[in-house]
Amino acid sequence: MPDDLATATRSGPGRMLVAVYAIFALAATARSAVQIATRFEQAPLAYVLSAFAALVYVLATVCLAKGSAVSRRIAYAACTIEFLGVLIVGALSLLRPEWFPDATVWSVFGRGYLFIPVVLPLIGLYWLRRTAR
Amino acid sequence: MPAVLPEALIVATLVTAALLVGPLVRARRPGGFLFSLFGLIELGLLVLLVWGIVLVAGTERDVDVATFVGYLVGTVAVLPLAVLWARNETSRWGDAVLIVALLVIPVLIVRLNQIWDAAHA
Repeated sequence: MPDDLATATRSGPGRMLVAVYAIFALAATARSAVQIATRFEQAPLAYVLSAFAALVYVLATVCLAKGSAVSRRIAYAACTIEFLGVLIVGALSLLRPEWFPDATVWSVFGRGYLFIPVVLPLIGLYWLRRTAR
Repeated sequence: MPAVLPEALIVATLVTAALLVGPLVRARRPGGFLFSLFGLIELGLLVLLVWGIVLVAGTERDVDVATFVGYLVGTVAVLPLAVLWARNETSRWGDAVLIVALLVIPVLIVRLNQIWDAAHA
């Protein structure tokens, strides 16, 4: 029953999960749009990664809100990529700070955002697992 | 941005978020009084949007205009979107969505102030 699956995915705690994802989608999209439009040459790697993060957040938000079998699979992938992204970018921003003259959402594991970026994908994956069946 | 309005909005959003803890705990939807507070806050945010754009258009300061206006638009967008998204939620998580939105707004206002202060005349 796909309708029940969709309702389960976006209701209860899922309602708030989607809301938090939407905030990050909005914030990351707006931020990277401004960065790329106004000063791309200053920190190209950081700004490309910001845009990539924005894309992942938008994808996760839409797919969690939709909650169909296919979109849940995409959300799984988005959350996984998001978690790996936070870990890799977070580590690189500490080990190779010269690559990042400006911060991305994922710099230092999302320190600029109360470390929510490193926890959010784990909650997303947990929620997808819990509502599966 | 030295003015009363941003500070009043920070206080109003935090107080309203605190008032929502009641409905959250009792797993009820917020009543008419809280919704009128949302309306007042949104009205104040719209005034802040217009005032901020006028301010940034007329200033000698080297403000990052795109970022500044982006944050202004963000503050106006958050609460209506949260109300829409929480509308069909029957559990307490609908209240949680509204609380999150009300806590994001003061963060955005503080960032607005930082962007304003970071720009030099």
